[in-house]
Amino acid sequence: MPLSRQHEMHNRRLSRNIGLGIALAAFVALVFGLTMVKVSTDDFTTPLASEVN
Amino acid sequence: MSDASLNNPALGATAVQPYDAGFGDYFALLKPRVMVLVVFTALIGLIAAPGSVHPMIGFCAILFIAVGGGASGALNMWWDADIDAVMKRTRSRPVPGGRVTPQEAFGFGITLAAFSVVMLALATNFVAAGLLAFTIFFYIVIYTMWLKRWTPQNIVIGGAAGAFPPMIGWAAATGSISIESVLMFALTFMWTPPHFWALALFTRQDYDNAEVPMLTVTHGRRSTRAHILVYTLLLAALALALGFSSVGGPIYLVGALLLNAQFVKGAIDIWRRDEEIAESDYFAVERKFFKASLTYLFAHFGLIGVEVMLSPFGLGGW
Repeated sequence: MPLSRQHEMHNRRLSRNIGLGIALAAFVALVFGLTMVKVSTDDFTTPLASEVN
Repeated sequence: MSDASLNNPALGATAVQPYDAGFGDYFALLKPRVMVLVVFTALIGLIAAPGSVHPMIGFCAILFIAVGGGASGALNMWWDADIDAVMKRTRSRPVPGGRVTPQEAFGFGITLAAFSVVMLALATNFVAAGLLAFTIFFYIVIYTMWLKRWTPQNIVIGGAAGAFPPMIGWAAATGSISIESVLMFALTFMWTPPHFWALALFTRQDYDNAEVPMLTVTHGRRSTRAHILVYTLLLAALALALGFSSVGGPIYLVGALLLNAQFVKGAIDIWRRDEEIAESDYFAVERKFFKASLTYLFAHFGLIGVEVMLSPFGLGGW
C-alpha cells in the first residue's frame, strides 16, 4: 500500500541518510588527501625502493 | 517500526515515533559543546609543539581527536542513561529522550572510538593514538563506570580524561610527551574540579536525585565551597608556572595574572557566601564563577596560541 502522506519520521530518516552520505563522502576525500600528503613527503619510500637501497 | 504502521490510525500517525533518530540526534550523542573544548585545546597542543606539521595531517589529527572525544560522549550517554533521565540538565538527551536506544548509542560510540584511534595512528603516530585510546578508556571505564557513582573525588580524578587532548595534539606533532604537554594537561586537570563543583552548587537537586556522590552531597556545601577555593589557588599557581615554560611568554604571563586574580577573587566570593544569601539570589555568584571558568580555560589556551603565532615575528615566547 503506497504511503499517502509525508510523515515526520521520513524527515528524520532523510536527515540521517543525507548526514551519513555527507560523512562518508568527506571521509573518502579525507583519506585521499591524507594519502597524497603521505606519499608526497620527502621521507616516503616504497617498500621496493627500500629493499633496493 | 515499518512504514505501513504509519497508516495505522491506532498508532497515531502524528505522534513522535521512538527509536527512529534523525542526524541531529546522533550528532547530539557526541556532546558537541564538550567537543569544542577538545578541538580547541588539542589544536593549541598541536601548534605549540616544536617542529612543523603538514596542515592536512594537522587537520586530520584534530578531527580524529574530536571524533574520539565524541565517541566518549556517546558511550557515556549509553552507560549513564539512567542518571541522565533523572537530572533536569540531561533528561532531554537522545537516550533518555527516547530518540536513540542505549544499544544504538553503544554501537555508535564503540565504532567511532575504534575508528578514531586507528585513523589517528595512520594519520600521525602510535603515541598519539595510544593516548587517545587511553583517554577514551579512562573516561568510560575509570570515570563513567567506576568513579562517578562511587566517590566524591569522581570529578577530581575523572577530570584527567578531559585534560588529555592538548597532550594528544602535542604527541601528534612530535610523537612524544614533554614537560610542556604535561603542564597543559595539568592546567585542564586542575581546572575541572572548581568548574564542576560550582555547577554542583547551583544544580544541587539534580545530583541529589540521581544519587551521584558529588562533593555537595557527601561533604556538604560548606566543604564544597572550601574545596573550590583550595583547588583554585593550586590552579592559579600551575597556570602561572606554565607561563615560564617554553610554550609561555610575557603575553601569556600578563594575561594569566589578570585571569587568575579574577578567578581567585571569584573563588573567595564563593567561599565567603552564606547558603541563605546564595539561595536568595539564585546562586548568582556561583553561576558567574561557572561561566567565568569557561572563559578562563579558553583564554589560557588562547594566550598560548597567541605566543606561538607571534614567535615567528620575534614577539612571542621567552
